Amino acid sequence: MPKYITVQITRKGGPSEPEAPPPGDAGRANVADTAGTPDGKDLCTSCGKPLTKEALAASLWVCPHCDHHYPMASPERISLLADEGTWHEIGGDLRPTDPLDFFDTRAYTERLAEAQVQTGLSEAFVGGLCDLSGRPVALGVMDFRFMGGSMGSVVGERFARLSAAAARESRPFVIVVASGGARMQEGILSLMQMAKTVVALDALAADTLPFVTVLTNPTTGGVLASFAMLADVAIAEPGALLCFAGPRVIEQTTHEKLPEGFGRSEANQANGQIDMIVHRRHLKEMVTRVLDLLEGGVRTSVEPLGEDTEVVPRRSRPFARAVARAKELAVAPRRWLRGRNTEDPGKS
Amino acid sequence: MPSLHGVGYEEEIRKIQASLEALKDREPSDEAWKTVQLARHNERPQTLDYISHAFPDFLELHGDRLRADDPAIVGGMATLAGASVMVIGHQKGHNLPERQQRNFGMPRPEGYRKVQRLARMAQKFGMPIVTFVDTPGAFPGADAEEGGQAGAIANTLRTFAELTVPTVAVVIGEGGSGGALALALCDRVFMLENAIYSVITPEGCAAILWRDAAEAPRAADALDLTAIDLLRLGVVDSVIPEPRKGAHKHHRATAKVVVRQVEAALRELWGVSPSQRRRDRRLKYLAMGSFLPSPEAVGRPSST
Repeated sequence: MPKYITVQITRKGGPSEPEAPPPGDAGRANVADTAGTPDGKDLCTSCGKPLTKEALAASLWVCPHCDHHYPMASPERISLLADEGTWHEIGGDLRPTDPLDFFDTRAYTERLAEAQVQTGLSEAFVGGLCDLSGRPVALGVMDFRFMGGSMGSVVGERFARLSAAAARESRPFVIVVASGGARMQEGILSLMQMAKTVVALDALAADTLPFVTVLTNPTTGGVLASFAMLADVAIAEPGALLCFAGPRVIEQTTHEKLPEGFGRSEANQANGQIDMIVHRRHLKEMVTRVLDLLEGGVRTSVEPLGEDTEVVPRRSRPFARAVARAKELAVAPRRWLRGRNTEDPGKS
Repeated sequence: MPSLHGVGYEEEIRKIQASLEALKDREPSDEAWKTVQLARHNERPQTLDYISHAFPDFLELHGDRLRADDPAIVGGMATLAGASVMVIGHQKGHNLPERQQRNFGMPRPEGYRKVQRLARMAQKFGMPIVTFVDTPGAFPGADAEEGGQAGAIANTLRTFAELTVPTVAVVIGEGGSGGALALALCDRVFMLENAIYSVITPEGCAAILWRDAAEAPRAADALDLTAIDLLRLGVVDSVIPEPRKGAHKHHRATAKVVVRQVEAALRELWGVSPSQRRRDRRLKYLAMGSFLPSPEAVGRPSST
């Protein structure tokens, strides 16, 4: 039995009770199975064997019979990856607007309100600073239940603020992705979030901070075609649909008959698009291992040899930071004070 | 409503009111849909038309150096105002054989990898980049997926984000989703008066939200995809007016106006230092979006 910790996010608080996705309104087409939790019949939607919701929740939302990975709500995902009691949310105060006054069969504002009530979340992306196996990281988690995890302005802004926070504090950047793509209801502004998230990643490059993505079912469209595919190491969960255009769109456009398993993690790995497929049970362990290795290299400066050409083993970064900080304080105390982030969650 | 003596206006008024009620359901104007059709007009000037009218010494370069050459994307070097520039654009084709050969302007991963290669080369040799955007979207086919379509687009975005040479994009026809954006993450983005630029095709949007592709005209209206809409939303820097009756009637004149605008933008951009150009571009895209509390109200986070 996995133990869940209590995670404070934008909702009222308390342990997260996962809710079933809204029936009949999965938000996006062609990912019907992702909405699945065992229906009223208490059967696994993948293998058909008996499976209660309670049993599923107890096994990290993975079917114990067939290992089918069901979608995981963001609060649970955070408790799966973050060390207990270390979560500090970034950008949680941001709320969506309706820039186009969008109305299809219903108003966008109405769809938003409904998603907020149904999920208890304010948006499809939650980001924060936390420890992961004792290492400080910046962790972002998308939630497919919130309008298909679609990327609108708030998702982009939270992502950008999180990457800025990661850069300020030299933390690795870990994002768990689940998204149908851009959020149509915000029109071109949602397309621009692709550009925004990509330029936001620049902040990590200056300090060569690791960027790891966990691609879960489904990750499609503009989200896969922007930040999600730019990770240093891309980990996928088994059986996740990872594609730019969904199978239905492809079949409609090209009238191709797609093979079984098309666009799934396994096919993507065979095609060289992702690094590895990891069972949810081993996810935290694997992310830890990847970060250990990415940070374990020896950083050398490309500047001509001089006193500031130091070889800093990246594993001892806290120490290196302390040295750098001491130096900076000695040289330019004012710059140090100005440049430091006040949001630092209780660290000294 | 009081009736005038002996004149039966009421019946008339009731009829008008009834038809108004009926119109309410169909309220969205069809202006947006008309623009969509103009943007897709077969005779509309395409990348190669702009090149033939404005870049007479264009030298086309081919291939992604990995796998293939994508005819849906044209790229190469030319001179503009006495200096070399890299010109890259989607090419849809004017007639059926050309359209088929060009895959209707829908690039495959090799197309985006060609773009990256040419952009890096432009960076190496200090050439500004001019792009022409005109695609229904990246090709949604099994081979494209298997070849890494998403990663190809993502890496093209990153390549353009990292450039320090001046970059100018012109949306000349159809700006279709991520497949268009991959060529439009630029210092300046211009849009022709009758071009469109959207997160999804009106047909695709209608199929998902209305569950009926025939509702595309409504979706077109709802998506705010015309040049004026995009100017208002701060996504494009200016709208280039088209000659009377539209660009499809006057290729040469349109090309002239477009290139004059591009040249002016490049002159302005050359006045800025390379690192400043990159910083400005970064800040421009970081500022895109609409949310509360609005950044103006609280001051933007120092996210550099």
